[in-house]
Amino acid sequence: MIVRQPSREVSPAPTEVDPRFQDPRMIRDILLASRTVAIVGLSPDELRASNFIGFYLRRHGYRVIPVNPRAAEIFGEKSYASLKDIPVPVDVVDVFRRPDAVPEIARDAVAIGAKALWLQFGVISLEGARIAEDGGLKVVMDRCMKVEHARHLGRFHWLGFNTGVITARRARQLG
Amino acid sequence: MTDRRRGAGDEGTRSYGFDTRSIHSGQRPDPYTGARAVPIFQTTSYVFEDADSAAAYFNLQEYGNTYSRIMNPTVATFEERVASLEGGVGAVAFASGLAAQAAAFFTMLTPGDHVVSSSALYGGTLTQLKHLARKLSLEVDFVDPDDLASWRAALRPNTKLLYGETIGNPGGNVLDIAGVAGIAHGIGAPLMIDSTFATPYLCRPIEHGADIVVHSATKFIGGHGTSIGGIVVEAGTFDWSNGRFPVVADPSPAYHGLAFHETFGMYGYLMKLRAESLRDLGAAMSPFNAFLFLLGLETLSLRMERHVANALGVAQFLEGHQAVASVRYAGLASSPYHALAGRYLPRGPGSIFVFDLAGGRDAGRRFIEALSLWSHLANVGDAKSLVIHPASTTHRQLSDDELAGAGVGPGTIRLSVGLESLEDLLEDLSCGLVASVEAT
Repeated sequence: MIVRQPSREVSPAPTEVDPRFQDPRMIRDILLASRTVAIVGLSPDELRASNFIGFYLRRHGYRVIPVNPRAAEIFGEKSYASLKDIPVPVDVVDVFRRPDAVPEIARDAVAIGAKALWLQFGVISLEGARIAEDGGLKVVMDRCMKVEHARHLGRFHWLGFNTGVITARRARQLG
Repeated sequence: MTDRRRGAGDEGTRSYGFDTRSIHSGQRPDPYTGARAVPIFQTTSYVFEDADSAAAYFNLQEYGNTYSRIMNPTVATFEERVASLEGGVGAVAFASGLAAQAAAFFTMLTPGDHVVSSSALYGGTLTQLKHLARKLSLEVDFVDPDDLASWRAALRPNTKLLYGETIGNPGGNVLDIAGVAGIAHGIGAPLMIDSTFATPYLCRPIEHGADIVVHSATKFIGGHGTSIGGIVVEAGTFDWSNGRFPVVADPSPAYHGLAFHETFGMYGYLMKLRAESLRDLGAAMSPFNAFLFLLGLETLSLRMERHVANALGVAQFLEGHQAVASVRYAGLASSPYHALAGRYLPRGPGSIFVFDLAGGRDAGRRFIEALSLWSHLANVGDAKSLVIHPASTTHRQLSDDELAGAGVGPGTIRLSVGLESLEDLLEDLSCGLVASVEAT
C-alpha cells in the first residue's frame, strides 16, 4: 500500500493501482450520472485541496454535502459527522482521508446506498474498494474528481494540460 | 473484435497513436462555429460571466481564461499537443526557447542553488546559464556529458537540477538520458532535457526518466522557419514535496499563500510555472505563432522521417569525400554515439550535424560561398537546408586554439539538412567541396 499525503488533488507518481479503478469510461459515466457528492474530510480552509474541489463541483451543478465532525457548515451546507447522518440520497462519496479510515467509510457508503466511492489522490485502500464493490458501488481510486471533471466535461484543456481527449466532434457548449 | 461501445461519445476513454495525436490533441472543434481548423484567438483578454467566476479564475479554483499573457486558447491547443506527443501531463508555451528555459529554471531554483549541466550545449543556453549564475546567484558546473562519473563527481548538497541536450549542439553528442536521470533522482533532483534537435517523434526523454523537457519550437516543431517560440513539458512524476524544493512546495507568498504542489499535485509545477513565472516574466507566445506551430506539428512525423533520411544520405556522401576530414553524425557507424543513438533515437539522430573540411578557415569560407541551394544563416530545423561556418561567423573572433577549446575546428561546417531532393543537396555540396579544395 502506498501512503501519501491525502490532501492533494492528484497523484504525482505512477501507482500500482488496478486500472479498473481508473477506467476513463467509468469515471465519465459517474460524473455524468451523479448529482449529490458527499465529501468526507472536506476542509473549511479555502487553500486546501478538498475545499478547491468542493467549490469547483458546486460551480458545476453538483450538490456538495460536507462530512467533517469539526465543522458546522461549509459552503452554506450543514456539515455532518458521518455519512450515516446525511438525510438525503448520496450519489458519490468522495474521500479526503487517510487510507486506514477508508474501510469504515466504505461500509457507511454501502449502508446509505451511494452509487460510487471516489478515493482522491493518495487515498489507496484495497480493502475499502473491496467492501464498496461487494456492496454494488463503483470505485475510483487515486484520481481527483475536479481534474477528471475538467478533463472530460470542463476546461482542463485551456491550461495546456494533457487531457487525453481526442475528438472530431464539436465541443459541448459550456454553461 | 470491435468493442461495440466504441464510437460517438468515446472521447477521452482510449489512447491514440503518435500521428493521430500530432493532428488532433488539444483541439475540440469550436462549440459555437464548428470551425475545423484551430481558431486564432487574437485577443488579449476574456469577458467574465460574473464577478464570482472572475474571482474563481484568479484563485485558480476554476479553469478559466483571464489574460493572454497567462493563457490563450490557441496557445493552449499547442501546449496540450506537445504535452501529448512528449508523454507529459501538460505544457506551458513561451515566446522563445530561451524564455521557456529561463522560466523553467526560475520556477524551481533560488539563489545559492547548484546546477550540473552538460558542457555540450547550444551557445545561447551556455550564455544563459552563466548569466543566470551571475545575476541570480546560482552556481553552475559544466561536465563532460559522455562521462557519467563526471556528472556524479559534480554533485553537491545544494545541487537542485541536472541539465543536458538529447543531441548536443553542435557536436552531436547523444546523452545517456536514463543514466543521468538515475544520478539526478538519486539525490532527489529533477533532470531537465532540451530535446529540440530530436523532437518528440525521434526521442521522448520522459520515457527514459527525464522530468522536464524543453524545446525551441522555432526549429523542427514549426519546421518552416517562420516563428520563434518555446515550450516546457513536465512528466508529472517528480516529487516536489521531497523537502528540497520549498520554492515549489511551500505556501507561495507570490500567490496568496497557495501551496502549488499540495493543491495541484502532479500539475503543481506547471501551474506555478504559468500562474507565477509566465505571469511575472511575461514572455508569452503569440496566438498566431502557436497556430503556425500547430500546422507544423500536423506533419512532424512525415517531415522528420525525410529529414533523417536526407541527413544520412548527406552524411554518407560527405564521409566518402576526399575533401572532408571527418563527419560527426550519430547515424554513421563510425560515430562514437552510434550505439547510444540506437537506444535513444531508433528512428534516426535528427538532421543537424557538423563535419570538418580537410582545409582550414579559408577553405570553410570558400565552401560556403560556392553553395547556391543551402542557405547560409544562423538557424536550424527548417524545411530548407541550412549551413553555417562557425569560424567565419559565430566564432570568428576566436583564434584556432580557442576554436578547438569550443569543440569547433577552423574547417568545421554545421549543416541542418532539409527536405529538398537529396540529389540536389549533394550536387550543391559537391560544388562547395571542390571550391574548398581549390582554396587550400
